[in-house]
Amino acid sequence: MKRIYVNEEWCLGCHMCEYECMFANSGLDAMFKLKGRPGEYIPRIKVEGDDKSPVHFAVNCRHCTDAICVRSCIAGALSREGDGMVAIDKNKCVGCFTCVLVCPFGAIMPAPDGKTAQKCMLCTDNAAGEPNCVKYCPNNAIVFEERG
Amino acid sequence: MKYVIIGNSTAAIACIEGIRPADAAGEITVISDEKYHCYGRPTISYCLMGATSREQMKYRPDDFYQKNNVKTMFGVRAQSIDAKDKCVVLQDGKRMPYDKLLVATGSRPFVPPMEGIESVKNVFSFMTMDDMNALEKVLSPKKKVLVIGAGLIGLKCVEGILKRVGQVTVVDLADRILPSILDAEGAAIIQRRLEGLGVKFILNDCAAKFEGNKVALKNSGQEISFDILVIAVGVRANTELVKEAGGAVNRGIVVDTHMRTSLPDVYAAGDCAEGYDSSTGTNRVLALLPNAYFQGNVAGVNMAGGEAEQTDAIPMNAIGFFGSHILSAGVYECECISHIQGDIYKKLFVKDKKLVGFILINDFLRAGIYTALVREKTPLADVDFELLKTAPQLLAYPPAQRRAKLAQKV
Repeated sequence: MKRIYVNEEWCLGCHMCEYECMFANSGLDAMFKLKGRPGEYIPRIKVEGDDKSPVHFAVNCRHCTDAICVRSCIAGALSREGDGMVAIDKNKCVGCFTCVLVCPFGAIMPAPDGKTAQKCMLCTDNAAGEPNCVKYCPNNAIVFEERG
Repeated sequence: MKYVIIGNSTAAIACIEGIRPADAAGEITVISDEKYHCYGRPTISYCLMGATSREQMKYRPDDFYQKNNVKTMFGVRAQSIDAKDKCVVLQDGKRMPYDKLLVATGSRPFVPPMEGIESVKNVFSFMTMDDMNALEKVLSPKKKVLVIGAGLIGLKCVEGILKRVGQVTVVDLADRILPSILDAEGAAIIQRRLEGLGVKFILNDCAAKFEGNKVALKNSGQEISFDILVIAVGVRANTELVKEAGGAVNRGIVVDTHMRTSLPDVYAAGDCAEGYDSSTGTNRVLALLPNAYFQGNVAGVNMAGGEAEQTDAIPMNAIGFFGSHILSAGVYECECISHIQGDIYKKLFVKDKKLVGFILINDFLRAGIYTALVREKTPLADVDFELLKTAPQLLAYPPAQRRAKLAQKV
């Protein structure tokens, strides 16, 4: 299965992926409309490293083969799809955040409503169709590919 | 191969998911005294507060049993295990032969002896779908509710019903709420939050005597009248089936790291089992849903002839009350690094140069990075702990380890 990987040698720490993620999942028709609405949109990808850091990289769901979030979910809201993608069913999620407690990558977070969790669905659940963070990474640091 | 599973909650489902990849053809039968499609037990409070529905509470899709070719016997009670003859005896005397058996019988509410309790009307426990259905029938905006027990179950019940009743009072013998997961400072934050919403707490006290729907408390001497009583003082593992069959039983069913009981070809998992807790290095009942899954899955893999062990279980809990969230794991021992500011609370516990536990309240983003350090017993010398103290982050790992996590399939 194709997954999202970040080459930290190439990552500039520009946070564009975070904006592209928010935008893709916002349903808005222009990115500038994200502005001035803090908390209303939360990216499912997170850039690590601040301005002083020599290293930056973005982290999102690794779609683990034996995902501990799926095994731990109290509501059966997380599942592994046939293609290997780890998916969340927002209607089933009760927002207990056990998944936040167990994800070793810190890749699941509360959704803007605060009442459910959210995670990277590889842009299969929005209009982008393919991972928007990958498509618009200005330095091609984020890739979507098969790896062993 | 004939697999029989007693119980139909998390450990049972995990067992099926452990068996099927290795054995698609074996006969699996699930026996449960509950009549329902598997559901997430801890979701009952969310259902009462309207955050989920009976339909959405299903732990697996409607076609789960059919797809996994599992025969279900719901509403049927397993009466005993004939370990010699390798049969489960049902309440009607019918015998179900097994090659491999999983006991996933869970736990039941513990109701302490209390004087006059038999004279009380509308007494409930809060563990199962039936409990939830029964309690929901009597909820109404004018009712006064008394909850005995300020633990996880009691307070989740409070959250579930608070907006549907007139008044809720919680009594607990402990000096603080949520004593199993919080210290006094942490408990105070959550107590304030609940009190702000109208919940009344009476701590350091317990029921001395009931007389109809009125209770006299032992230490304070005060009398409280109520319409509904919820008893949530604790749970006891359902160990009887194994015990009566001659298996080793302690507070829970004794199991090894393969989830084998002392009876041949009989496994146990979930709230009924006393598995290995790597945070204390002892065997004890860790009645937590994720743990039930881990154990049940290990049992299933082994029952189907594979090899799996459960060696890294730790206590861990994520629980919320009206938007305040508590995430905790491990043990609270030795050096404590604490940061408390208003309702934001964070404590990390370090022992033998390892992170052994933490409590996070209202500041819990990426907590799983801490949990992994606790579970994996990572020496703090191998990571940048100063960075981790500020916030959980993968930048704290050395580049090679980070690449192993992020640059390859995991």
